[in-house]
Parts: sequence; structure tokens; C-alpha cells
Amino acid sequence: MSSGRAVVVGASHAGVQLVTSLRREGWSGEIVLVGDESALPYQRPPLSKAYLAGKCSLKELAIRSEDFYVKQDVERVTASVQEIDRPAGELVLGTGDRLSYDALALCTGAHPRRLRAEGADLDGVHYLRQSSGVERIREDAIPGRNAVIVGGGYIGLETAASLRSLGLHVTVLEAADRVLERVTAPEVSAFFTRIHQEEGVDVRTNASVEALVGDTRVREVVLASGESVQADFVIVGIGIEPTTELAEAAGLVVDDGILIDAHARTSDPDIVAAGDCTSQDIPRYGRRIRLESVPSAVEQAKVAAATICGNDKEVAALPWFWSDQYDLKLQIAGLNTAYDDIVMSGDPTRDRDFTCYYLRKGEPIAADCVNRPRDFMTTKRMLTQGTAADMAALTAEVAV
Amino acid sequence: MAVVTFMSHDGEQHEAPLEEGSSLMQVATNNAIPGIDADCGGEAACGTCHVIVDRAWADKVGRSGPEEEEMLSMNPERQPTSRLSCQVKVCKSWDGLTVQLPEFQM
Repeated sequence: MSSGRAVVVGASHAGVQLVTSLRREGWSGEIVLVGDESALPYQRPPLSKAYLAGKCSLKELAIRSEDFYVKQDVERVTASVQEIDRPAGELVLGTGDRLSYDALALCTGAHPRRLRAEGADLDGVHYLRQSSGVERIREDAIPGRNAVIVGGGYIGLETAASLRSLGLHVTVLEAADRVLERVTAPEVSAFFTRIHQEEGVDVRTNASVEALVGDTRVREVVLASGESVQADFVIVGIGIEPTTELAEAAGLVVDDGILIDAHARTSDPDIVAAGDCTSQDIPRYGRRIRLESVPSAVEQAKVAAATICGNDKEVAALPWFWSDQYDLKLQIAGLNTAYDDIVMSGDPTRDRDFTCYYLRKGEPIAADCVNRPRDFMTTKRMLTQGTAADMAALTAEVAV
Repeated sequence: MAVVTFMSHDGEQHEAPLEEGSSLMQVATNNAIPGIDADCGGEAACGTCHVIVDRAWADKVGRSGPEEEEMLSMNPERQPTSRLSCQVKVCKSWDGLTVQLPEFQM
């Protein structure tokens, strides 16, 4: 099928790539992109970095220019979607209007996990996922004030770096015994803790939040240990949850994300999905994974568009990620799932550049590269092309 | 109107208007030029917006910086005038600029 009306729900990285790829794959009919934010779809990774630090405008973050949608004949609709009426082939919009579709793609993304603690709904408690949230943080981010960040993951640490650059006092509270506990080796966690401490951030681990205290506005954060931290405002960065209500209500299979196959098809083969809202069996890792990343969203969207147009593509790209904090560019190739050994190139206890290679049964499976773009590109290529000789060469190089 | 021509590895040509102050990557993505993936959106993090600048234009466009150089160094299709197009801010005075696209974006 390559005509009729294709509707894409969700206008962020996955949705925008999907409409781009639909035209490239030969979709000649209507394309409607439905999103619930009125701004031109914008890049999210810079929200915790350049945008929070006030270094760029939302307009500069547009994924595509306004003109792009005109030239590609993509209609943008600002509305929420209340329901998918599968038997009728229609969406019910928040406005009450119904929108029929011949092909449907769900790119509903994810939303921040809410902090469950007393006082979590006080004023001055922020979440970071949309530009509007960052704009509220910016109003509070006055030099000299005390910012408390709940969560020592990538978002929390990137936010800490941006707020330091604006001259605020920053405390990071991490419930686990180290930052980035879920995603990196202890040595890499120790590196990021050291860097943030050197930059003046108060990093506290084993620090669970018991309650937020204040009259109408947050004033302090009380920890399970009984300690309390003074706070002019709080930013919660404790992970994201896939936005799957719409898919669930429509009877699609959801398992920590809308389940998709290698062709980005949901359990209804006529509906595709892409991006942070999905989970997928990834043969490379032998398990079902929900990836939270722009590159994965883009890759799945390209495949989903091909599937809609009846062209044969499969999700195959190596997962990769990046994070910018201060002068550090962290690039991650592959997932370190079930690694049993690491090999370090450089000294993360002293330097500001190093690569941590993750190995499983002697074979490299991933690498965290800090200010080492060359190592990143080499590892990404080796893991992507994956010939036995390449892997042996990389292993030998790593072992030196 | 000042235009840039993107030439694919098999000789297909696509023209796009040069918008002052945009990056060459943005020019490509805003005009749906095939062969520029730009997965990271312009942060020099992914290396998927590689272009090879026509030699006659190389000095005007400028050479790659140190970080870009590291991203490009392992690329088998790398040429002396290779750039990451996200790191190239375009000028209207570059009317007639031609860049080639590699066969694969890595």
C-alpha cells in the first residue's frame, strides 16, 4: 500500500523521521502528523543541555524547518488522541473530531516517572521532558540558588552540569550506591562522580527521598536517613515510562512498551510503532528491550515507514547513545548487558578522556567512550560489521 | 537563490537552497536529501552526515576541526575534503557549491 491517508501519532524524533521516510519509501497519499505540543517538533536531547543553559532557542532546535512539512506535503495537527477505533479505522481526537486512517503509526514516546514521596506535588518541583518543563526550570534557575536534583542518571547529571554553568548550587541525590548504576561499570560511575564533585556539585548516593517539605512551595528535601537538604527548587530525573495507554486501550500487546517485531509491526500487523514507547526482541542481546534513545527511535521509524509502504526492512542497527556534561562528550556503542569483564584504556581516576570496553566471554560487546570519538567510531563499526576477524582485532587491541 | 548540490555516490543530484546561518546538515534534512541520516541532530556525535566537499570549494568551506577529524578518521570512504555537514555553517555566497555523499553513512 502506498496511498490513502497515513497518520502518525506523536510528533517527536520518531514521528518526524517516520513522515520523512514515508515519502522516501514512496507513500504518495496524505500524511498527517498528530502531536500534542504546538511548537514545531524539536530535538529533545539538548533540553537538559544547551536549551536549559540558555544557549539556544526552541526555534534553533527544530528537527525540520516549517518549510519541510510544506514541501513534503505533511499536514501537522496539534491535538491529543483519545482513542484508536480499530474496527472503524479512525482516531478520536481530544477535540472530539474523528480522523480516519489507512495506515497508522504510533510514536507516543515516554513520560517522566513521577516521584512518589510526600510533598511531591508542591510548587517548584519540576520534570524535564518537554520544552515547557525546561522553561519553568529556567525561571527558577537564578544564580546562587539551591537546586536539588533527584536521580543520578544521564538526565540528572546533564541537568547538574547545565545548572552549574548558570551559577547555581547543585545537589544530586541518587538512591542507589552510585550514579549511573543502571547503565555503566562502577569505574565509570566513579569517574562521573569525581568530575561533578570537581565542578562543585554535591553528589550524594544511597540518598532516598522521604519527603519534600514546604508550605505551597518546596523548601527542603528530607532523606530516608533523616538528613535534609535545602532546596529553592527540585528537578526529578528518575527515569521514563513508555506512553502506552492508547495502544493498551486499543488491545495491542504491551510489555514494558508497545511490543513490535523486527519490521516495527505491533501485534496488529496493520499498525506500526517506533521510538521510546516500544519494546522489541533484539536478537543481538537475546532478550526484549525498551531502548530510550534518539538513534533507536530514528532507526525504528525508518523501518516502520518501509513496512507501511510494503518494502522489506528490518531493525538491525547497533544501539548507541551519547551524553554531554561540561567539556565531556560521552559516546556509548552497544549495550553492556551481561558483561563479565571490562578493559580500560586511559585512567578514569585522573584523566578526562578514556574508554571503558565491556566484554562478555572475552568478546567486546560495548564501549563507553569519554572524549574519545575515534574509539567510539572504531567500536561502533566493529560491532556493526561484526566479522569474526574484526572482533578478534578489536579484542587484541583492547587487550594490549 | 543560492543553491547547493548534493551528489549521491551513483551520480544522482539533488539541489537545495542555501539558508544563511543553517548548517549544511540542516539544509540537507530540511530538503529531504537522501543519504544524510544525521541521527544525532547535529551534535557531531554520530558521524552520519558525512559529505565530501568539491575540491574547488574546500578552502571556502573550511577544513574539519579536531573532534570532527577523530569522528571521520576511521571512515573507509573518508577523503581529504571530508566534513561532517553538521559542523559546516553555510553562507549565501556559496551558490554553486557541490558536495558528494558517501555510499554508506556510518
